[in-house]
Amino acid sequence: MTLPDNLSRRAMFVKLGILFNGIIAALLAIPILRYVLSSVTRARKVGYETWLPLGSLDQFPAGQTRLGTFCNPDVQPWDGKTAYSDCWVRRIDDRTFQVFAINCMHLGCPVRWFPQSGLFMCPCHGGVYYEDGARASGPPERGLFEYAYKIEDRKLYIKAGELPTPASPGGPAALIDISGKRPCA
Amino acid sequence: MRLIRQIGEWFDERLQLAATLRETVEHPVPRETASWFYVFGSAALVVFVMQIITGIMLAVIYVPSAGEAWNSLQTLNHSIALGWYIRALHGWGSNFMVAIVLIHMVQVFLFGAFKYPRELTWIVGIFLLLMTLGMAFSGQVLRFDQDAFWGIGIGASISSRVPIMGPWIVNLLLGGPIIAGATLSRFFALHVFVIPGMLIGFIGLHLLMVLKLGINEWPMPGRIVRKSTYLKEYHELIKKDGIPFFPGAVYKDIFFAGCVLLTLAIVAAYFGPFGPSGRPDPTIIQTVPRPDYFFLWLYALLSLLPPQMETPALLIGPVVALLFLLLLPFLFGEGEKSWKRRPIAVLTILLVAVVLGTFTDLAGHAPWSPVMDAWSGDPIPQQFLQKRSALERQGALIFQLKQCHNCHALGEEGGKRGPALDNVALLLTPDQLIRQVIQGGGNMPAYGKNLSPPETTALVAFLKTLHPAGQQPARDASRAVAEEPATHPPGSKNP
Repeated sequence: MTLPDNLSRRAMFVKLGILFNGIIAALLAIPILRYVLSSVTRARKVGYETWLPLGSLDQFPAGQTRLGTFCNPDVQPWDGKTAYSDCWVRRIDDRTFQVFAINCMHLGCPVRWFPQSGLFMCPCHGGVYYEDGARASGPPERGLFEYAYKIEDRKLYIKAGELPTPASPGGPAALIDISGKRPCA
Repeated sequence: MRLIRQIGEWFDERLQLAATLRETVEHPVPRETASWFYVFGSAALVVFVMQIITGIMLAVIYVPSAGEAWNSLQTLNHSIALGWYIRALHGWGSNFMVAIVLIHMVQVFLFGAFKYPRELTWIVGIFLLLMTLGMAFSGQVLRFDQDAFWGIGIGASISSRVPIMGPWIVNLLLGGPIIAGATLSRFFALHVFVIPGMLIGFIGLHLLMVLKLGINEWPMPGRIVRKSTYLKEYHELIKKDGIPFFPGAVYKDIFFAGCVLLTLAIVAAYFGPFGPSGRPDPTIIQTVPRPDYFFLWLYALLSLLPPQMETPALLIGPVVALLFLLLLPFLFGEGEKSWKRRPIAVLTILLVAVVLGTFTDLAGHAPWSPVMDAWSGDPIPQQFLQKRSALERQGALIFQLKQCHNCHALGEEGGKRGPALDNVALLLTPDQLIRQVIQGGGNMPAYGKNLSPPETTALVAFLKTLHPAGQQPARDASRAVAEEPATHPPGSKNP
């Protein structure tokens, strides 16, 4: 047996070995990637958005805007208080509501409702919204995010469970006003 | 002594490290680099080691669970002997590390150390800076309090603006649909395993290159870097005027690192740990989230940019800045090193420093944020109410009740989101005041729906009184003409 033959045989085994490991690595990458991206591919049993109860209709008097609290659908025992979220519930009349996300559509800080002036104000960068969620002033580019709602057995339900961000498809509030201009009363 | 040497020799016979170590610590460096300007890199390394030690100590007690993290910080602060001090050391150590890394970067930039052949050392340094900032942000998240909770929300809001990929990035960042336990767990993994692991690897690479390529010589005006001749010149310099790093230069590093650690120990003892602020309870909305010190400039920038500029600035700005930093050694890899011959470099540093300093200072008092409780907490100063009619005082009440004070200051009290109104009557006529209140505009909401006509009348009556004594309020000159008794019937010719 000559030396070069011997070397090339071993070199081939090295290459085969690398190829073998490459195939195994590619196979292992599939479950690893699926695991890492599970929150993106949403491979979970519970849906991200579900109808969630906000409580009895009587808690929300007509003509007023009040704070509602709901428990998110996809939570774990160790989430503690972060399992809960707030929202602003505006009852216009008996059957008509608007339920706004607490998050300012600028960068997500919690907006506060001032019934006296009929405005939502954000403490972070000074975003202001009208009582119907439309943008009034400040840096936000759109109105407050609105949850879909339904009424069953005199109880109010909203479809929620995902953090609303500026990329979330907007509700009616966003449709009413994007440019910041509002027909004057 | 003989015994110690024998033990040492026994180990070295097996480890075979002594020769390499001696060669490393005694490698020759240019004489002038034994300077107080060359101590920041080693100081950053020492603070990093300090962070590892205090970090491990905190991990012994800390519970990375959204439900328990805040409580475990309270335990650290109040129940464990000197737990508060370890937290203070780690928190202040983080600030120290960011500061020293930035100073190191400025020194390297001004001394032209990024030029040939140290381009890759600079690029690895840029990644080290990014990782240091990543550690600072993820560390703020682990202090799982109200600021941390809403801070991640801001991170999610910024990420969501990425076109197409935005919502996916948000879910990847949060580890689920909302900020909850999964979010904290993944930031814990990042802060404790992923980024430190990468940092250690990149620091090793950074140091290896410093050793292999030699420390940057003291820049002399007129000593030009050329790729064809630089290496030869550097070796000649070291041969002619080199000293061994140990002990020739290292004593300054040791003294400076010691001073930094001493300052850190004193600052941590005096100021104590950071927070935690309120519980991370999303249902408590009476909160005014503020970022940590090193991200305050960003907080200011996001308030001051015109809204339509924000998304492009957020998405394109960092990419351009990063690309510029990465390409810097390729664009300016040769030529003058001395800052005395590089005025644009010096001006750039000054500009960046002034901009970041100004933004950070502004963020300290955040004039763009409404003062959420000014309407109920800050009274209107007396001088604006004395000798006023009942209607005007009613207007002052409406000014408070409708939260005008949250955005408009009177006598330095109240919000600064909108202009101070101490002299508003000098600037706007009564008609303009009514129009502004009802229709808003110029970044002010319209109050038309929420003010009755009598309320508007009272409010404007009050606003009309806001001018210095002895100065006439603004008036509409055409109005005066219109209200004059007509001396000439319309249509008739002047005499």
